[in-house]
Amino acid sequence: MSVSKPLPHDAAKLHVTGQARYVDDVPMPAGTLHLAFGVSSIARGTFTAINLDAVRAAKGVRAVLVAQDLPFANDLSPSVHDEPMLSDGPIHYCGQPIFLVVADTHLNARHAARLGDITYDAQTPILTIEDALAADARFEDGPRIYTKGDVDTALATAPNRLQGRLDMGGQEHFYLEGQAALALPQEGGDMVVQSSTQHPTEIQHKVADALGVAMHAVRVEIRRMGGGFGGKESQGNALAVSCAVAAQLTGKPCKMRYDRDDDMIITGKRHDFRIEYDVGYDPDGRISGIDFTHYTRCGWAQDLSLPVADRAMLHADNAYLLGAARITSHRLKTNMQSATAFRGFGGPQGMLGIERVMDHIAHALGKDAADVRRVNYYGAADAQPTSGKRFGAEHSPKQAVDNTTPYDMPVTDFILHEMTDKLLTDCDYHARKKAVADWNANHATLKKGIAFNPVKFGISFTLTHLNQAGALVHVYADGSIHLNHGGTEMGQGLFQKVAQVAAARFGVDISAVKITATDTAKVPNTSATAASSGTDLNGMAVQNACDTIRARIADCLAEMHNVAPDTITFKDDHVHVAGHSIPFAQAAKTAYENRVSLSATGFYKTPDVAWDRIAGKGRPFFYFAYGASVSEVVIDTNTGENRILRVDILHDAGASLNPALDIGQIEGGFVQGAGWLTTEELVWDDKGSLRTHAPSTYKIPACSDRPSVFNIALWDGENRAETVYRSKAVGEPPFMLGISTHAALANAVAACGAAYPDLQAPATAEEVLQAVKRARG
Amino acid sequence: MNVTFLLNGETVEVNTHPTQTLLDWLRETRGLTGTKEGCNEGDCGACSVMITDERGARSLNACILFVPQLHGKAVRTVEGIAAPDGTLHAVQQAMVDNHGSQCGFCTPGFVVSMATAHLNGRTDHDDVLAGNLCRCTGYAPIIRAAKAVEGAAVPDHVIDHPIAPKTTDFPAPETSDALAEWYAAHPNGTLIAGATDVGLWVTKHFTDLGDVAFLNRCKDLQQIDDQGDTLRIGAGVTMTDVLAAVRILHPSFGDMIRRYGSDQVRNAATIGGNIANGSPIGDNPPALIAMGATLHLRRGDTRRDTPIEDFFIAYGKQDRQPGEFVEAVTIPKSAPALRCYKLSKRFDQDISAVCGCFKITVADGKITDARIAFGGMAGTPKRAPLSEAALVGRPWSFDTIQTAAATLAEDFAPLSDMRASTAYRMDAAQGQLRRYFDDINCIETDVLGVTA
Repeated sequence: MSVSKPLPHDAAKLHVTGQARYVDDVPMPAGTLHLAFGVSSIARGTFTAINLDAVRAAKGVRAVLVAQDLPFANDLSPSVHDEPMLSDGPIHYCGQPIFLVVADTHLNARHAARLGDITYDAQTPILTIEDALAADARFEDGPRIYTKGDVDTALATAPNRLQGRLDMGGQEHFYLEGQAALALPQEGGDMVVQSSTQHPTEIQHKVADALGVAMHAVRVEIRRMGGGFGGKESQGNALAVSCAVAAQLTGKPCKMRYDRDDDMIITGKRHDFRIEYDVGYDPDGRISGIDFTHYTRCGWAQDLSLPVADRAMLHADNAYLLGAARITSHRLKTNMQSATAFRGFGGPQGMLGIERVMDHIAHALGKDAADVRRVNYYGAADAQPTSGKRFGAEHSPKQAVDNTTPYDMPVTDFILHEMTDKLLTDCDYHARKKAVADWNANHATLKKGIAFNPVKFGISFTLTHLNQAGALVHVYADGSIHLNHGGTEMGQGLFQKVAQVAAARFGVDISAVKITATDTAKVPNTSATAASSGTDLNGMAVQNACDTIRARIADCLAEMHNVAPDTITFKDDHVHVAGHSIPFAQAAKTAYENRVSLSATGFYKTPDVAWDRIAGKGRPFFYFAYGASVSEVVIDTNTGENRILRVDILHDAGASLNPALDIGQIEGGFVQGAGWLTTEELVWDDKGSLRTHAPSTYKIPACSDRPSVFNIALWDGENRAETVYRSKAVGEPPFMLGISTHAALANAVAACGAAYPDLQAPATAEEVLQAVKRARG
Repeated sequence: MNVTFLLNGETVEVNTHPTQTLLDWLRETRGLTGTKEGCNEGDCGACSVMITDERGARSLNACILFVPQLHGKAVRTVEGIAAPDGTLHAVQQAMVDNHGSQCGFCTPGFVVSMATAHLNGRTDHDDVLAGNLCRCTGYAPIIRAAKAVEGAAVPDHVIDHPIAPKTTDFPAPETSDALAEWYAAHPNGTLIAGATDVGLWVTKHFTDLGDVAFLNRCKDLQQIDDQGDTLRIGAGVTMTDVLAAVRILHPSFGDMIRRYGSDQVRNAATIGGNIANGSPIGDNPPALIAMGATLHLRRGDTRRDTPIEDFFIAYGKQDRQPGEFVEAVTIPKSAPALRCYKLSKRFDQDISAVCGCFKITVADGKITDARIAFGGMAGTPKRAPLSEAALVGRPWSFDTIQTAAATLAEDFAPLSDMRASTAYRMDAAQGQLRRYFDDINCIETDVLGVTA
């Protein structure tokens, strides 16, 4: 069966030959115009005068638009209509688009966009957490607070207590393909848009609003993105809307892509966070109460910041049963790019907070941090609470019956006890830990560190209504299958996994399935391909559509052969009916000739999820995905330079639909997560100007930064929840496996002295050296 | 100007303007969209192409490569890597089989870099691919693919045989005499050697370069002359060739150059450009200063020599007259005590926050000479005279080193920027000097040499 096979990415051959087509590669009609934004050079204030004469006079310029020229909605927001595409006066960040150049070439548009003469009335920008708190600049009225139990009493009565603070930076997506869109004007004012987007329906919606037309007048298509990582969930709106508006105005096809610097200056990034903690724990390190305060800089517009900050709160526990917990979350409004979705969507930030607490407790107690982690684990799935008894697993809390998260959701699928046992054994953790200590004893300036981290990541959109998907499947009379669904392909292999599901339902080879571009005219009202949900949702919708068609074919053949439909099977490219094996193509032809519809839509909605984000109570997640990693690193205490030496990962993808693609997500997610916590540093100056706006200054991991020993294994087990073929979502969870690199660096620094190293993130060489100094006291 | 070259085996004649990039020409004029634009500044490698000339095949970034630089060469893009009948090249098949692509956008660049390295028989994959960024895979499957095809036969169709046209109809001097003449006549003109920096003036800053001359045909600038105790390295020698020349003679300098830019950048960038540019964060100058290199300048028929440290006067200001150009640099062939430490956020393909280069001579336990130079610590690449003075005449001991390290704070007042803070630059510079002491005393100091 095609599911569970390690097939290559469906477009692999197109990728390696350069034939795979991205938005900027689409051949355009003669006369296509190209767009670029003129942007603000200050972070806060208003522009009081604007002279665009030089822009209009520049070579190749056909039109220049300001806010007043936009015919309908001047709004890009995916949430609360607070995001004008072109500023109508107020300036909220350095890099905010003010005018739109329409020119004959991309270069001429970019060049002209530099020539605006803009007069500003500048104000002091709100940049830091302190600035924002002082100005009470925030989204929502006040902080969100989730609580479980009596935290104050738990803290007051705890045998041990400590406090700390961790600042963690944001992250630039650095999708290799920058943002891009094109618009082709149609008859009657209709518009066809191709957009490098994870969310075609959102593009359709924003374009329709900007053109003053109904959604049916706009069709959005995307075959593939050159990477997304969350950065194309809402950030493509500006380009698609610009192209559509300019195309409507000029009657010409319009295309826009950001040059890399513009992309980094204009678009949002991962939210940076400060997490303060006050924790009470027993001599084993078991947490009895914890009080977290999250501060996140959301930038100038709300965008998706509320659900991001929510998800950070929802992962403040990670894998640990917190007796009593309070999580307070401040969503601060600052004069910076509007922080947006990025793989993990706040989860990594929340999780890094508690992982840091585990290391801090272990340091204070002089215990192995892996032991402290295990003593705090949730109870095991195979020993679900029966009143008054322990769960049964060796490391689960002895007296607890409680196995609920701080948001009141019982954890019923916890498999990290077993996974941890296997990983620590397979990677020889304890012996290596000792070897590291021995090595350190013999090296004065170089120090090694090793650390283990578990991951428990909640799967589902926390905005419950988004947990739905549609599909459209056609079977042609020759037996070939045309597959479409609402998910988008950004490299994760979604299309192939879903095609494997379709092939499995019909019992045919994957080559019978044609995967087609995501298209709002084929499947409407889609959710973003986000929250790791692409395969869970779209795979099920496709399965549903395929099963509808399969049942029709079976009914047709059952009647002809006078057997019950449920005796008919589809496998090995044949339909097996009453002792006959009919080639699938023949069965399709027969069904067609018997006037059976071979086209069906499919639909899926995730069951059982219900969530009150204000109260912080309910079941936001259908299930959890798990993973665990051990990293070993070395640091140079003269300069703080460091290397990841070895990484071992055990990850839970349920019953994997495609182990090769899933391992690809794990390897890639890990390296991206490690990058977030090591070399990737966003720097704004005190004027609010982003100083790291190109790959020359913003350093994602390069080839040699991958661990030279990099062992990945999949946990062998089915999803306990009823997902497509019992697989698990795998897009985001592995990102957080990268946390073990940070913990290992902290462990190496701790070898330099007795004091707590208090390593912040990202752990650049500079930060590591600072931590070495702190450890030395 | 008219430019002739081979494109995927076919001769093309292009009428172009001087700063047309190969990438734009491929994508917009030829419709060859397999070559991607990822950053437009030579840092991501998505636009990598294979260029072949009489020196062989190498990969270059098409986004900062001007079409006139291709005159007489052969260009092979991702569209020309598979066989004409569509059979995949071994590296392409290995990338498919090893799941080396996810989103696929960086893949054409990787495939071209890998096919070029494969053609040249290289197996130093991390160095080959340091200039190709991938955000999806974490690189592991790509390296598996590269290893899988080590030793596989090189298909004939990727071996290009360019026939160099004899003349150009644009300024591209064939000799340094001709260059001197052109530059004397156009003292405000722009010299384009590898274009790894000038390329960005065009793609990012829209600078009007005025009159330009292309230096890549100037053969005598590309010579390395062994003069017995010294090497005279022509200004037009690429960093790839500098690396080859110094790898054995000066292994520490070689290790640093290995991390200078990327393979694509080193294949284009010249040592003369890196010096003449005058950047305070160029990596060659501190090393050249520490080893006591001599710079050779030429204006018309007038030549002069200067100790290289005297060339750098102030930020953005060098000891160079209008119409005067860097002709060569001479370095000693022996400097066993030379060590070069490049500090950057990322090891490969990053600009230095601090580049410290040291050469301390010890005789009978006493320091007799010290040359210490840093990049990133001042507005120019600069020596550390006070620290050097604190060393000379003292015993070779850790105490002496500590004293000299403390003295660095009097030699330098580095700035804070996105690469490093003032305090860290100073801490790290001092740390590099302490590392030097351990390094010379054969104590393990390099994290790159450590294994799990």
